[in-house]
Amino acid sequence: MKKTLFDKVWDSHVVRSIEEGPDVLFIDRHMVHEVTSPVAFLGLENRSLPVLYPNRTFATADHNTPTLNQHLPVADPLSRNQLKALEENANKHGISYWGLGHQKNGIVHVVGPEYGITQPGATIVCGDSHTSTHGAFGAIAFGIGTSEVEMVLATQCIMQPKPKKMRITINGSLNKGVTPKDVALFIISKLTTSGATGYFVEYAGEVFEQLSMEGRMTVCNLSIEMGARGGMIAPDEKTFEYIKNREFTPQGADWDKAMEYWSTLYTDEGAVFDKELHYDGAAIDPMITFGTNPGMGMSITKAIPSASEVEGGKATYEKSLEYMGYKEGEQMVGKPIDYVFIGSCTNGRIEDFRAFASIVKGHKKAENVTAWLVPGSHKVLNAIKEEGLLEIFEAAEFKLREPGCSACLAMNDDKIPAGKYAVSTSNRNFEGRQGPGARTLLASPLVAAAAAITGKITDPRTLI
Amino acid sequence: MAYDSFNILSSTAVPLPIENVDTDQIIPARFLKATERKGFGDNLFRDWRYNQDNTPKTEFVLNDATYSGKILVGGHNFGSGSSREHAAWAIYDYGFRCVVSSFFADIFRNNCLNIGVLPVQVSAAFLTQIFEAIDNDPNVNLTVDLHAQKITLGNDMGVEHFEINSYKKENMLNGYDDIDYLNNIKAEIQNFASNTPL
Repeated sequence: MKKTLFDKVWDSHVVRSIEEGPDVLFIDRHMVHEVTSPVAFLGLENRSLPVLYPNRTFATADHNTPTLNQHLPVADPLSRNQLKALEENANKHGISYWGLGHQKNGIVHVVGPEYGITQPGATIVCGDSHTSTHGAFGAIAFGIGTSEVEMVLATQCIMQPKPKKMRITINGSLNKGVTPKDVALFIISKLTTSGATGYFVEYAGEVFEQLSMEGRMTVCNLSIEMGARGGMIAPDEKTFEYIKNREFTPQGADWDKAMEYWSTLYTDEGAVFDKELHYDGAAIDPMITFGTNPGMGMSITKAIPSASEVEGGKATYEKSLEYMGYKEGEQMVGKPIDYVFIGSCTNGRIEDFRAFASIVKGHKKAENVTAWLVPGSHKVLNAIKEEGLLEIFEAAEFKLREPGCSACLAMNDDKIPAGKYAVSTSNRNFEGRQGPGARTLLASPLVAAAAAITGKITDPRTLI
Repeated sequence: MAYDSFNILSSTAVPLPIENVDTDQIIPARFLKATERKGFGDNLFRDWRYNQDNTPKTEFVLNDATYSGKILVGGHNFGSGSSREHAAWAIYDYGFRCVVSSFFADIFRNNCLNIGVLPVQVSAAFLTQIFEAIDNDPNVNLTVDLHAQKITLGNDMGVEHFEINSYKKENMLNGYDDIDYLNNIKAEIQNFASNTPL
């Protein structure tokens, strides 16, 4: 039987299959953060259940954390309380906890791979939809709700019907100024935010093979934005090279044994997908969104489509443009912006800051722009310093903040004010996502950098 | 019993004919800071329901006394975005027990099923018919019969079959949840785990 990469990993983790029901799926690694876990821990207490495998569970604080003055007590009492609850729950149940101020602290989907918690062929869940990020390593990784967090804490399993399989193949190579973020926004603009719902995606082809691990993470991260539960890429030499000798990676003989398994993780020739899509890498431009969901994106060179050109309801489309303060037919390039946010589990890795630096080097931040540069983790923060990027940022009058989810979902103080436009490297441009009334334009770190120094939407290729 | 069992629900419905309603709209992130599952209904659709000075937006359907009931009817691709179960909690806490749409986002659907809110997926045509019927008569009833997997509009204005896997159906009919099931097979899970490297 020819199997896909997804089949191989899924099938090897099925504890039992229920007829006309879900599979009981064993979870290798469970990541936990402060927002979606407290009610799950409370549920355990109410049922008098322990955490079954604390050594398969990893906790970090990220969603609520401030990105300035992390050494001081958290000012917001509700955030402080939630962070404290995570620390107490982790301690009580013997779960490793990388809280605020810990040198391993950072966004859950950034630190997982950094410390080798993320591995090929593993099943990984977290109460966060962008858990799909870890699929970049050939893992099955997806977001779950709090009831499922409780389930995994209590039994290390969840109950899921096996999703359908989709393969998205992109061959060719990317043009100058086109990044992994653009590839993902391009796919989502083709598929819409519901086009892959019910599917698990495998990304294949030359474009993904050529991407770095950071780039693959960006692509897999955004799988959820096309409705897919997750996305994955077959592990290769780059993958093995990345994870080798990280803290939680197998060592010595265990590594050799793991490699035996990992080297079987690819889609067999002739394996069948429920759906296959093909695109040409050379056809992708730098992208930007103009509406209120990630599917409302287009080449930065294009004009905003008219309602008649898009699928779906006219009323919803018009409501979206009204929220953004945009009109059909307008060009995006040249529109003024107010904020730039670089960071998040989508684009908060070292490669993203290198890209940002490549554009802003030798320029100055535009006066009308407030810029928030938020590394995804302490490791990223340290690399920014060690590689000399911080000097470039400071010379260009940008300040660096401390790690966390920050303005991606604005649970902390990093909120874009109502009516203001923010070019963001994050993942969602929903109404109010970055603060009540905030208007988000999703784009790559290059587009964000170009906007940050020109004060308006600018094709980064004009600055390279 | 982990939550209320669900059998037949007959109720008027609240229409929300907007597509791609994401979970950030259902409950904005700044209201996710609780450590207990309490009070989320107050912030259901917070930014569509209230102005920034906390006065109600009178045109929003939850502020319109014409519409009420235990069933929420939403546009295509309802519940997309974040995995926050708080969205399902807010819907439940407000008083809804069923959400009807022509398409649901995956994680949202799961979250609903896990807390006893029934997601009912109908055809696009039937969804339009439901919206029109409510528009004509806000007191029109929808009847959702889980056992028969049938949703009926009014007395005889239309009926459609809906899908739910038999495991989840049994759970909803009895108010069981997955942890009840998994706890009963813990030995089997532990045996599986012993053969699975960390």
